[in-house]
Order: sequence, then C-alpha cells, then structure tokens
Amino acid sequence: MDFAAKNLWLIPLLPLVAAGVTSLAKRARRRLAAGLAIGAMLASLGLSLIAFGSAMSHATSGLTRQVVNFRWFQLGDGWVRLGWVLDPLTAIMLVMVCFVGLLIFIYSTGYMAHDENFTRFFCFLSLFASAMLGLIIANSLLLFFICWEIVGLTSYLLIGFWFHKPAAAAAAKKAFITTRIGDLAFLLGIVWLYAQGGTLLFYDNGQGCLEQPVLGGLASKVTAGGMAVSTGIGLLIFCGAVGKSGQLPLHVWLPDAMEGPTPVSALIHAATMVAAGVFLVARVYPLMALTPPGVHGPSTALTVIAWVGALTAVFAASIAVAQTDIKRILAYSTVSQLGFMMVGLGVGGVAVGMFHLLTHAFFKALLFLGAGSVIHGCHEEQDVRCMGGLRKFMPVTFATYAIGMMALSGVPVFFSGFWSKDEILHAARSWELSHWPFYLSLFGALLTAFYMTRQMCFVFFGSCRLALGKTTSSEQHSVAHAGQPAREHPHVELPAEPHESPGRMLAPLMILACFTVILGFFGTPAWPWIQHFIEGEPARLDLSLLRDASIASVMLTSTIVALAGIGLGYWLYGRRPLDSQQPDVLERWWPNLFTLLRRKYYIDEVYEYTFVGLNAWWSRACVWLDKWVWEAVVQLVAALVVGLAWVDRVLDEQVVNRGFDESCRGISRGGTLISRSQNGRVQSYLRALCLAAALLVLLLIWGCRSS
Amino acid sequence: MIPLAGYLLVSAILFSIGLAGAVTRRNAIIVLIGIELMLNAANLNFIAFWRFSPNPEALSGVVFVLFSIAIAAAEAAVGLALIISIYRHRKTTDVEQMDSLKG
Amino acid sequence: MTLSFAIIGAVTIASAIAAMTLRHLVHCALSLAITFAGLAALYLQLQAQFVGFAQLLVYVGAVAILIVFAILLTRGSGPETQPIYSSRWLAGVVVAVIVMAVLGGTILSSKTVSAHVEAAAFEPSVRRIGDQLMTRYVLPLEVLGLLLTAATIGAVILAIQENRPAKPGGHQ
Repeated sequence: MDFAAKNLWLIPLLPLVAAGVTSLAKRARRRLAAGLAIGAMLASLGLSLIAFGSAMSHATSGLTRQVVNFRWFQLGDGWVRLGWVLDPLTAIMLVMVCFVGLLIFIYSTGYMAHDENFTRFFCFLSLFASAMLGLIIANSLLLFFICWEIVGLTSYLLIGFWFHKPAAAAAAKKAFITTRIGDLAFLLGIVWLYAQGGTLLFYDNGQGCLEQPVLGGLASKVTAGGMAVSTGIGLLIFCGAVGKSGQLPLHVWLPDAMEGPTPVSALIHAATMVAAGVFLVARVYPLMALTPPGVHGPSTALTVIAWVGALTAVFAASIAVAQTDIKRILAYSTVSQLGFMMVGLGVGGVAVGMFHLLTHAFFKALLFLGAGSVIHGCHEEQDVRCMGGLRKFMPVTFATYAIGMMALSGVPVFFSGFWSKDEILHAARSWELSHWPFYLSLFGALLTAFYMTRQMCFVFFGSCRLALGKTTSSEQHSVAHAGQPAREHPHVELPAEPHESPGRMLAPLMILACFTVILGFFGTPAWPWIQHFIEGEPARLDLSLLRDASIASVMLTSTIVALAGIGLGYWLYGRRPLDSQQPDVLERWWPNLFTLLRRKYYIDEVYEYTFVGLNAWWSRACVWLDKWVWEAVVQLVAALVVGLAWVDRVLDEQVVNRGFDESCRGISRGGTLISRSQNGRVQSYLRALCLAAALLVLLLIWGCRSS
Repeated sequence: MIPLAGYLLVSAILFSIGLAGAVTRRNAIIVLIGIELMLNAANLNFIAFWRFSPNPEALSGVVFVLFSIAIAAAEAAVGLALIISIYRHRKTTDVEQMDSLKG
Repeated sequence: MTLSFAIIGAVTIASAIAAMTLRHLVHCALSLAITFAGLAALYLQLQAQFVGFAQLLVYVGAVAILIVFAILLTRGSGPETQPIYSSRWLAGVVVAVIVMAVLGGTILSSKTVSAHVEAAAFEPSVRRIGDQLMTRYVLPLEVLGLLLTAATIGAVILAIQENRPAKPGGHQ
C-alpha cells in the first residue's frame, strides 16, 4: 500500500473543500472562487498523476489493485463498509477527469467572466468535480451510488444555472427526473446485489462482489423467470447507466441539458458525467460478463448493452442530421458516441469501451469549448443557419474545431477518434452473436461524419449570415445582453462581424487539440498501451499487427465510411454557399423524413402524452382524493370532535351545572327549612328542650335497665 | 302514711301542668307562673325525698328548699321586671310576638 | 292522713290547672296563690313546718302579689281578647304529656321509691334549721343575701320608667 493508494481520498476531498469554502464566500469574491476551484483541481491533478504513476509501476508486478476499505456505521450485526480502490481503470479515469476538468475550469473563467453568479458557478463546478472523482475511486457500490447522486444533483444545479429562464429550469427538472428513473432501477439492482451477495464492496480480499466466490454464487442462482441473478442485477445496474449516459429510451434529457452554460455542457454532458454510466458498466464488468455455469458465449447483460448501444448510436446520429442548434448537434452526437461506447463494452470488453471514452472526452470537450467560443464570438447566436464563414474571423477556433471534428468523424491515422472507433468496430465485427451491431455502428459512423461536415459547412464555411435570421437562440449572458442574441436586442447596434475569443478560452482549446491527436497513438493496434494498461498486461510495440487481415480490413472500411460521410456532407452543403432563407437541402428532398428527424422522432411528445400525461392525471386524481376523501375524513373527524365537544358542553351545562345548582338549592332549602326552627320564640325552644330531656332520660333509664 | 310515691306523683303532675302552661300560653306572665309552678313542684320533690330519707336530721332538704324559695322569689321579681320593661317597649306581653332573635 | 292528702292534692292540682287555663290573668294569679297554699299544706303534712310557713310568706305573700302587680301593670284589667293559647299548643301539650309519662313511669316503676313507705318520725325544730343555716350553710346564706340584693336592684333598674331622664352620676 503506497502513498498514492493510502491518500487517494484526498483527490475528491480537495475540490469538496473548495466547494465548501466557495459556498460561504460572497458573490463578489470571484478571484477566490476561481482560484480555489482551479487550485484544488490542480492539486487533485497532481495527486492523480502520482496515483497514475503508482498504478503504472504496479501494473506488471502483480499488485495491480490496491484497496482501502473502512467501516462507516453499524447496521445490525455487521458494518456498512466503504472504500476506495486504485487500479489502472481508476488511475486513468482520474487523470482524464482532472485534466479535462482543469482545462474547462480555466476556460470558464473567461466564458463566465460577465456573469454575475460567477462564484456560484465555480462552487457547483468544484462540487461536481469532487463527486465525479469520488465516484471514480469508489470501491463500494454504495459510495459509488452516493457520488452518482451528487453528480446528478450538480448536473441539475448547473443545467438550471440560469434558473430564471423557464426553459433552463424545465430542462434541469427533466434531466433530474429522467436520470432518477434510471437511478431507481440502479438502486433496486444494488439492493438485490446486497441481498444476494451480502456485500457492496467491489474488492475485499476475495469477498468483494466482483470477486469470484460472490460472483459464482450470483451466477448459479436463478430467479423466477429463469434468468440468472447476475443477469438481473446487471441489467438493473445498466438501467442506471442508461439514464445517466443518455441511452435509448432515457436519452431525452441530454439535448435539453444544453440550456446550461457551455462549459457545463463540455464538462458534464460530454466528457465526464455522461461517461459515468460507461464507467459504471466498466467497473462492474465482471458482474456483467458473468454467465451461468455451463453457458458459453457472451452474457445476456452484455448482449443487451451492446444492442442498446448500437440502436442508440444510430438513432441519435440520425436526429443530429436534422438539428440546427450548434450545441444540440453536439449533444446528439454525444448520445450517439455513448452508444458506441456501450457497444464497445458489450462486444469488446472494458479496454475497448474505455479507450473510446477517453478519446471522446478530449475531442468532445474540445468541440463543445469550440462551440462555446463560436457562440461567444457570434454574440450569443446559436443557430447554425445564422452563422457562416467564421473560418476567416476565428481561425484558431476553426483549426481546433476541425481537429475535433475529424477525430469525431474517424479520419484515419492522426486522430484518436479513428483508433478508438476502430477498436469498437473490430470487436463488433468479431462478435459471436450477430454482426448487426457492426453494421449499425458503421452506419452510425457514416452519419457522424455526415452531420459533422454539415455543421462545419454551416458554421465555418460560406459567407457570414450573422445579422440575418429567423429563429431565436437560447443562451444568455445575464448581465451583458439581457438574454437575447445581439440581432434581437433593440438597443445594441448589430455588430459588424464575429470576433475571436480571448486567450483564456483559446488556450484550453489548443491543449485539448494536441491531446486529441496524441492520445490516439497510445491505443493503436500496433502499440495498444492504454488497453493493456487497463487490463493489466504489458504492452509491446508490434507494427506487424497493423497488417493483420482483420484489423486492416476494419481500418479500411471505417476510413471509407468516414470519407464517404465527409464527402456526402461536402457535396450537399459545402459546394454552394448556404442561404439561410432557403430550407435545408435534405428538407427539400425528403420533407417528411427530415421533419421526423428534426422533431426527434416525436419521442418527447410520446413521453408527454404517456408518462407525463399519466403522471399529471394521477396527480389530479390524488388532488381529488385529497380534497374529497382525505379531507372528508378529516372533516368527519373534526365534526366528530366538535360533536363530542357539543355533547360535552350540553352535559356540562344541563346535567352537571343543573345538578350542582339543584343540589346547592337543595342544601339552601334544607337550611331554610331547618332555620325555621330558629323562630325566636322561647316557647318552641322550651318545647324542644323538654322533649329532648325526656328522651334522654328515657334513653338513660333504658340503658341502665338493660345493663 | 302516704308513701313517697304519692308525693312524687303529685310533684310530677304539678311539674307537667306547669310545663304545659309554660309552653302553651301566650302571655309572658302566665309563662312565668308556669315556671313558678315547676319550681314549686321541684321543691315538693325535695321535701318529700328529705322526709323519707334515712337521715332527716341533716336537714339538707329543708335548707335546700329554703334557698330555692328565696331564689325563686328573686327570680320572679327580676322576671316580672323584665316583662314590664318589654311591655313598655313593645306594648305587648305576647311571647309569640317576641321573636326578634329569629334565626 | 290519706284523705287530707287526697283533698289537698286535688285542690292543688285543680288550682294549678286553673292557673294554666283561665282566660283572665288575675284569675290565674289567684289560682296560683291557692296552689301555693295547697303546697304549703303539703309541706306541713310532711313535717316541714318552717318551709311551709316560708312558702306561705314568700310565695303567697310576695310572689303572687308581685305577679298580680305585674299583670295590672302590663295589661290588666279586662279579660284577654286575643287568643290565649299559642299556635302550637298541641305540641306543647304533647311534650308535657310525654314528660309526665316519663316522670310517672319512672316513679311508679322505681324500686327505691316503692321501698320508702314509712317516714321516720322526726320533727325538725326551727332552732336546728337556724343552726344549720348559720354554721354549715352560712356561705350560701350570705351569697343568697347578695343575690337578693342584686336581684332587687336589677329589678328596679329594669322596671324603671324610661321617660324619666337618667340622672348623671355626679349629682349624687
């Protein structure tokens, strides 16, 4: 147990402390907030690098995994235990999250410079970073879930950062509720796992739930429907990933989440939080891959994951083709790429999926930050139809964006996206069950290249259409422009031309672009360093593998597909200058299909009518119930009590009081009666006296006589 | 010789008559008369018991009665003076009308 | 003896009844005097001569006359016009009867009383009475004197005419 492993807990703690201090700071202390956040992130990055180094040095020594478990509280006879783990998966994720997070934090200082809630923003960002890092190092499914929920909370807070905008508030609510549905299934899975496995710790000296004895027990038990317990738990846990990573059918929140500021979109909804679902599947992969004894081939859980991922990839890519908001295109692209990652995990294993996650984090963050730069430069304009020709005005942004776009499209050799997507395609091609994920992934890749080219043509090529426009955009700077793009603001003159963003925003772009290129070389088939690092094997440079038939053919196929997509996009959108007044060329050819895609297959409407409508109906029913039934019961009880009180009063007044009064009167009358004997007349006294004396004498005589 | 019982009976009868009168008549003076009768009956009682006692030489009965007579006289004087005084105040000797001590 | 006793007894009782029931107050007083006289005779029969004479002197001679004076001073002369018996006369009679019954019953059933039939032969002399008074009963005698004085003074004060203005003590 070395220094890194023992002090791994510091990595999430530092941003948490930064968040705590920032939450108490006044709104005006911007430098403090930003400084704390960035400083904490830097420190966490340093520690993560140390941890990475430790993991690297232990990678081949046999001690690939270092675990620290501790007791939290007592529950019945046993203890609830939490812990953290340092293994290659953890180490590489830590470095990625810290690095990308740090760059985005620095970017945000420029992007949010005009916002009056700067401090709150950095507080939430730090809290998010803390929770995400905690999630990564968690060795207990319980701790994982806790951090998962905190991440969801910060996502809600950050999406609804400009909460006075109704669209943003609604989007935050939608995100939270949709992920909640997934989280419910996740929680059920956790409970089931605890019930069947007895522990929630992943690794615990051979007794953890990802270690053989427990896993074997889970695989052999069977539930009512004939499904193995491990499959059931795996599917439930996957539901949590479906919600968080925006897979079909819980993807609806991700595009709406673009209402948040662009750094938020970059960090949370592109690089890290949505990747948490993928990370979850990667973490519990031993459980997912479990097959009942005697069954061969991929497990049911992994099959489901692969299919869901493939469908999501194609589905989201097709929608992205018809979108016009620059961030929405990227959002659907994220959903699609997450689908790819799920395919990779399902067919290829942890390393395949995680490699794509890592590369995607960098280039998607790059793309989002670039989009932010574009939006900033176009004075809050977000509709691509109102942009154009920005290549001349924002060259650095263009260059970095182009690098990101090529990585995403899978342009070969120099761009990491190509290598990671290739791994997925290769694994899908050699999947035993079906080749359909492969074909769907290819189609998805084609669409990806197509819509990215379309976006590039709209935004960077052609002539500048900035002053014109038919639709409104949605991003606001609360101080500077009071919520509308410049062309709609009546008091500001329409700006002449877009401008390049300041250096604070460009530097992260360039750094990310570098890494987008470099990272690919660590995962090529010739030298799959990252994959082997994650799986704990030594990596060797073997260029001859590139000439292997299956690998080369997949590489060729994906290259052709990518170039075909780019070519198609250029042919449709790049040849002639685009006119924002005319409808999209696809819309002209296939208006119905285009509308279907633009309206996102009407899924939001379907949900609105079914689940949301059901919920609304149910809530109305409950209101009715509350008003007429429970209220009636309450009123009845109240009436009963009032009635009792009335009876009590009547009793008290008529019976008790009267009785009392009567008895008092009786006594009074008795007294009056008796007082009549005191008539003042001596003779009556004398009579009484003599009578009494006579009686006494009689008594005495009788007494004496009898005795 | 008349037995003791005879005198005692006479005394008892006189006492009762006096009592009857004292509690029945309205006039205060008659009430006083009744009281005098009762006293006299008691005196007779004393003398009778003295006479038939084993030791009449002690003369206790006689002396007692002498004192009783004297006191009765004094008491009659005072009582009558009271009645006269009341008569002067109330213009009546009716005991039924003297009930200002009524409770 | 028995006959004289019976006659004297009857006269005494009859006049007692008369004294209690007559309407005219003076008649009552006179009947009382006869009752006193009868009692004196009984005393004489019982060999208590001094008491008998004292009875005659005091009661008949003073008390009865005093009563007559009082009657005359308070209403007096004519017969009573108002009802003479009180409203509860029956209760009074009943009480008297009860007392009579008790007394009579006691007397008649008492063994001690019925044992004494004969009286001892003894004639007290006045000298002896005087001796007893002066030696054994001297204190009560003196106290009696005081009592008589006080009673007399009290009676005078009580009965004095109120319309005469009270003399202040300094004029004496």
